[in-house]
Amino acid sequence: MAKRIEASGISAYYGAFKAIEDINMVIEPKSVTALIGPSGCGKSTFLRSINRMHEVLPGARVEGKLTLDSQDLYGRDVDVTAVRRLIGMVFQRPNPFPTMSIYDNVVSGLRLNGVRRKSMLDTACEKALRSANLWNEVHTRLSRPGAGLSGGQQQRLCIARAIAVEPQVVLMDEPCSALDPISTLAIEDLISELKNQYTIVIVTHNMQQAARVSDRTAFFSIDKTGDPGRLIEYDETNKIFTNPSVKRTEDYITGRFG
Amino acid sequence: MTAAVANALEARRLPRWAPAATAVAAAALAYVVFALGGVLGGGPVLTVVGAVVFFLAGLALASGIVEGSRAARNRIATALIYSAFTLALLPLVSVVFTLVSKGTARLDAEFFGHSMRNIGPQDNSGGAYHAIIGTLEQVAIATLITVPLGTGGAIYIVEYGRGRLALAIRFFVDVMTGIPSIVAGLFILAFWVLIVSPHLSPDGLPFYSGFAASLALSVLMLPTITRSSEEMLRLVPVALREGAYALGIAKWKTIMRIVLPTALPGIVTGVMLAVARAAGETAPVLLVAGGGAGINFSPFHGLQNSLSIFIYDQAGSASKYAPARAWTAALTLVALVLTLTIAAKLLSRRNKLR
Ligand SMILES: Nc1ncnc2c1ncn2[C@@H]1O[C@H](COP(=O)(O)OP(=O)(O)OP(=O)(O)O)[C@@H](O)[C@H]1O
Ligand SMILES: [Mg+2]
Repeated sequence: MAKRIEASGISAYYGAFKAIEDINMVIEPKSVTALIGPSGCGKSTFLRSINRMHEVLPGARVEGKLTLDSQDLYGRDVDVTAVRRLIGMVFQRPNPFPTMSIYDNVVSGLRLNGVRRKSMLDTACEKALRSANLWNEVHTRLSRPGAGLSGGQQQRLCIARAIAVEPQVVLMDEPCSALDPISTLAIEDLISELKNQYTIVIVTHNMQQAARVSDRTAFFSIDKTGDPGRLIEYDETNKIFTNPSVKRTEDYITGRFG
Repeated sequence: MTAAVANALEARRLPRWAPAATAVAAAALAYVVFALGGVLGGGPVLTVVGAVVFFLAGLALASGIVEGSRAARNRIATALIYSAFTLALLPLVSVVFTLVSKGTARLDAEFFGHSMRNIGPQDNSGGAYHAIIGTLEQVAIATLITVPLGTGGAIYIVEYGRGRLALAIRFFVDVMTGIPSIVAGLFILAFWVLIVSPHLSPDGLPFYSGFAASLALSVLMLPTITRSSEEMLRLVPVALREGAYALGIAKWKTIMRIVLPTALPGIVTGVMLAVARAAGETAPVLLVAGGGAGINFSPFHGLQNSLSIFIYDQAGSASKYAPARAWTAALTLVALVLTLTIAAKLLSRRNKLR
């Protein structure tokens, strides 16, 4: 199910402003890749260009080549909704659909893409909620509003919603930054389980989290404000955190980054 | 020592009954000075105004002496806000009171079962059945026309509109909001009744119809609905749209199934405001539907009455029985709008989750 992502020469713009420049990296299947770096260096921008969410903003565009198992994601005839079904996304703030119940939230991706059979939806709902470690907490109140859960539960609901459509890649943009340590641990455990099935890319500001959950880590940075962000170093997480080959990476990780 | 620290947070307060006592004292003083004493000419209005002024002054004085100036200002502000609220509520209460007290005289089965056909100035009977039918049909058709157009236009402006065209549409919607209702009526009279309707009738002559009234009401309702729906759609967080896009849900489906349901209660409120306004319009309906005393179920041909025209006719009639009919019709109109509003609110809340 998981697939390899290859980015070559990716640059992304907001209107005339170039937010990231010439990113080249290969994201391995069935692994967790962490994106770290100072604020504004373009981690979210790069992440959003992987599932073509970047271009949703007016004036935003992406240059370069991005492939999923050698299928071009930015080809001329590519259907963006198909790309986004293969590459799911979890946002920084939980965003359950407020008019929908827990059940409807989880199956929304399937239902709004044409799946009607109740039995199929039921199975998918339970499977996704179990994978997101939420089933035990909510299975007695599936018809209650999704917005009525706690923040950590809402975030796991959003993860369940993202994996219910059985994507091959799951992108997560600081999924734990609005959560308490216990919910964070729950989600980190979840990520470690999910990587058996999915390719996972996670943006985080938490070094320990990157070290704990990821197999490979990419360090992004900018020279000064207004400059585009670049990929500085990309390697095994172990190597990045113990013996980085670039001085800037080491400075950032040890907290000497200005 | 600790007791002193705890007490430092406490301050002297007026007793709870102080404002009420001040109010009673102020009222009594005003009564003596203005109503009995006739100072400045006296009169009931001056008495009430004087009572309020005495109350504010007395409360400020008492509070200023006992509690200090900050608390006194707080009390004055509170009192002013309550007075403003009461003042705003007064007309509403008095309208409802007048409607109910005068409208119940003819609140009978005859009123809701009969028209004004063959009712002379000497007859105490007659009813607004034909007018109620007219109002219901005209407003219903206007709503059917404007709700899809208005919400569709709002969706275009918010979700798809980029650049000049969207700006131009927004501008025209704003301009349309300011069209006086009589102008809308004249426009439909000139355009629909005089130019289009002759082509629709077998004899080639122009004709009045309830449908023409619906068109005139649509002209008035459309900008209100578009504008309020637009505001409501803008309030839907971008994060919800992005959440749906990230699931591979197409844009139009995101709008229909995520954005619209989220904005629905607000859109319904906007629609109901437009409906309430349209139901009370008189001039444009009179111009293009013509009124008439008989029952006409067909909105598409012939004279049709409406509650607002009925009220206008009866209020201006020389018959001594007409005013009672006008009041009952007014009460009916208000009750109708209120019922519709409540029903719409309940409906839009029903699909909200428990
Ligand atoms: N919607 C936008 N319009 C214009 N510029 C934007 C927009 N979003 C981001 N940017 C700019 O693009 C650059 C990269 O932003 P991005 O959000 O990718 O950074 P980030 O690495 O995710 O930062 P953070 O860690 O704070 O989330 C920043 O300079 C930012 O100001
Ligand atoms: Mg970010």
